[in-house]
Amino acid sequence: MLNFTVKQLAAEIAARRVSSVEAAEFFLKRIKTLGKTLNAFISLDEEKTLVAARAADALLAAGQGGSLTGVPIAHKDIFCAKGWLTTCGSKMLANFTAPYDAHVMEQFNAAGTVTIGKTNMDEFAMGSSNETSYFGPVKNPWDITTVPGGSSGGSAAAVAARLAPAATGTDTGGSIRQPAALTGICGLKPTYGVVSRYGMIAFASSLDQAGPFARTAEDLGLLLNVMAGFDARDSTSLEREREDYTRELEKPLTGLRIGLPREFFAEGMAPDVAKAIDEAIAQYKKLGCEMVEVSLPNMKLSVPVYYVLAPAEASSNLSRFDGVRYGYRAPEYGDLIDMYKKSRAQGFGAEVKRRILIGTYVLSHGYYDAYYIKAQKLRRLIAQDFAAAFKRCDVILGPTSPGTAFKIGEKSGDPVQMYLSDIYTIAVNLAGLPGMSLPCGFDRASLPVGLQLIGDYFGEAKMLNVAHQYQLATDWHQRMPQGIETC
Amino acid sequence: MMKWEVVIGLETHAQLSTRSKIFSGSSTAFGASPNSQASAVDIALPGVLPVLNRGAVERAIRFGLAVGATISPRSIFARKNYFYPDLPKGYQISQYELPVVQGGSLTIMVGEVEKTVRLTRAHLEEDAGKSLHEDFHGMSGIDLNRAGTPLLEIVTEPDMASAEEAVAYAKALHALVQWIGICDGNMQEGSFRCDANVSVRRAGEPLGTRCEIKNLNSFNFMDKAIRYEVRRQIELIEDGGRVVQETRLYDPDKDETRSMRSKEDAMDYRYFPDPDLLPLTITPHWIAEVKATMPELPVAKQTRFTGEFGLSDYDARLLTQSRAWSDYFEAALAASGVPDKTVAAKSVANLMTSELAAALNRSETDIAGAPVTPHALAGLVLRSADGTLNNKMAKEVFAAMWEGEGDADAIIDKRGLKQISDSGEIEKIVDQVLSANAKSVEEFRAGKDKAFNALVGQVMKATKGKANPAQVNDLLKKKLAG
Repeated sequence: MLNFTVKQLAAEIAARRVSSVEAAEFFLKRIKTLGKTLNAFISLDEEKTLVAARAADALLAAGQGGSLTGVPIAHKDIFCAKGWLTTCGSKMLANFTAPYDAHVMEQFNAAGTVTIGKTNMDEFAMGSSNETSYFGPVKNPWDITTVPGGSSGGSAAAVAARLAPAATGTDTGGSIRQPAALTGICGLKPTYGVVSRYGMIAFASSLDQAGPFARTAEDLGLLLNVMAGFDARDSTSLEREREDYTRELEKPLTGLRIGLPREFFAEGMAPDVAKAIDEAIAQYKKLGCEMVEVSLPNMKLSVPVYYVLAPAEASSNLSRFDGVRYGYRAPEYGDLIDMYKKSRAQGFGAEVKRRILIGTYVLSHGYYDAYYIKAQKLRRLIAQDFAAAFKRCDVILGPTSPGTAFKIGEKSGDPVQMYLSDIYTIAVNLAGLPGMSLPCGFDRASLPVGLQLIGDYFGEAKMLNVAHQYQLATDWHQRMPQGIETC
Repeated sequence: MMKWEVVIGLETHAQLSTRSKIFSGSSTAFGASPNSQASAVDIALPGVLPVLNRGAVERAIRFGLAVGATISPRSIFARKNYFYPDLPKGYQISQYELPVVQGGSLTIMVGEVEKTVRLTRAHLEEDAGKSLHEDFHGMSGIDLNRAGTPLLEIVTEPDMASAEEAVAYAKALHALVQWIGICDGNMQEGSFRCDANVSVRRAGEPLGTRCEIKNLNSFNFMDKAIRYEVRRQIELIEDGGRVVQETRLYDPDKDETRSMRSKEDAMDYRYFPDPDLLPLTITPHWIAEVKATMPELPVAKQTRFTGEFGLSDYDARLLTQSRAWSDYFEAALAASGVPDKTVAAKSVANLMTSELAAALNRSETDIAGAPVTPHALAGLVLRSADGTLNNKMAKEVFAAMWEGEGDADAIIDKRGLKQISDSGEIEKIVDQVLSANAKSVEEFRAGKDKAFNALVGQVMKATKGKANPAQVNDLLKKKLAG
């Protein structure tokens, strides 16, 4: 059970060799012990989980199960799940029970999966280390003195520590890929619009996209098959024909052109990361791929562009948390304005407040053109760079993060250093492209290194096969943090 | 005394008549119990998203077509950010830099003078909820039923020069939005509300500083508020003061405007394009589809009424003052069965502009609620046209119909109101009157024209008003000349 992939566990459950209840109980037990140490989950609801598992078993007994019926999945606490506490990692929503299901939750429920719990995350998905969570930092199972990355750090740690075979996350600037890299697992951010944002608490609407975590690329494809789909309740959801994201998994990579952006390899990468990436490139050459140098000249602007646009949208998206209708309200206040001030000052953490302030500033009269409009223009240039690159290659390859997992507290006092840990992932969100991270080695401290693949729009199936072929030839994805088998 | 010029521009919020809200599926019906029509989207739960109601866009297109404006092929929804308890998201979704309707104009009548008011723009936006400050013992209640109701904000150029012109424009706009079926025009329920930007200047000088008077929800208040504001600004300047740009509220109880907030307190709304909504694209095909369902507009109808039916400009304007009036007119005309359309139209128009208008006025009823239906009026028109009734009798029958005494024929029967048009019968009565009123005859022959009217009166009296007045006149003249 411990090392079953989603595909294997689903097959075991479907064949009724393992019951959904047994699987749920197995992982719940691990969550309550190892999960506590790692602080990977914000809320569990054993009763709900077991009810769902029993329902899945009943369905299977009646011969009515689907492909993932009965498989336990951990969900980032950013997705509204009916009847579940849905906190978004914030004191502001620490008392909020969602009265409805996000589209992603509806899709998983329809597929028959079982929610095993809601995972810890950076507050409102703002952070790259999971240290901004109101519920405390998540610890990296490879070394509990280091961070698991963020913002979907709880989900990544849960999958890496075998607390769940798979999990969901969201990625606004790297929040799936970077934690996947730092915890040695796989994580995928789809093309913007492939997964509905309905019911996913918004950080930066034009960048947010949900995606899966698992240990193999094949599992990511199976999970994306569940998550993707048009939803009329999200105006940015794309109306496309359903596709099977695992359909390309058997294709050989012979003749595949892999783009290596000059700017990715110029500077900034830790030597151990650079070495692991080089070895991955060598592996791909062995698989018959051709390496093509491409250029993303405006990529260097992606961090500043992102830190104008994302806070601008966030400053507005987070206005609804005002203490009036739900969520946290200061216990004592004078008039209305005082209630707003105190509720928001007490309900939000420092990083969230920092970004609200930045966002409010860049949208203010007299600054809007200089910041917001300029950033939008640069965003288009960044997207054009990728469009030009994809004329010359099928998929782009590079590091996911410049370094490996850093120490808890190491960067939390220096927001700019923290922001730079997303330097390779942010441009992908700005362009709306699909991207993923997969494990490709370890640094000298035995911490995992992540390899990033970037696909062209709707190139998820192809990109997943590029990862899958690598995983057939290597075993990095089968490595397991030490000491987690028993807990 | 130096001559003052008044400059007024109006911003009108017309609530669009969609059944559901502009960005959610909740009902827009008025008067439901608080918060019973507020969905997850309306109360801005975490994670919810707006989806544009195409019906609201369709209505904006109708408006654009009706005022000859440009319908933007691409327009943008923007967020207007501010905190208020009845604004659940902390921002209002509106349009800012690229509105759906640009330009256009509205021709209005100010007394007997025609005037064109240019429109700047019209944009789509959502309404906020309502704060209720009573009944909650020191707390405030919030009703979010109205939150998300679709509005079209219609903005004019500063083209009006008096309260009278502003009111004439507001009335014309009020009639138009109902005419094209995009707004119910109910001012009590807030479906149509205006803000007025008012400034004054000495003739020939550049524009003065303006004040905005908010939420004028009746034409009467608009008239009074603008008059007060103009007087206030002129007095202020004449006393050596200076008008400060500010937002003011009209207090109908005191008949005055008072300061609400000054420009210095003006909020920075931090408008930016709403990333949850795609740019609104309107294709020529969509516009053509909407155009095909547009009703005949008032000006076109006026031209047809004068050309086809020979009505006067005045009557044509009165009959097209609203969709309800012109519908009433056309229904009555169609039902009258009078072969000569010109005669029938004139008769319907006369009854409507005199009897019906007066009765509606007296009873403070809307034409839609008139107890005399177009069909009933048509029955009366037929009896006037076929000579059964003279004017006086027609008025009597109309009054009886208004009181609910039945249709025209029933009332004519019951009251024996048949006009006497038999010339033999009338001649007999004329002869009797002439012989019984020798004194009047003598006076007439001596040159007193008044005496003739007295004789007509006697004949009518003798026939209880039923004689055909034209025949009486002719016969009397003939007899007296003979």
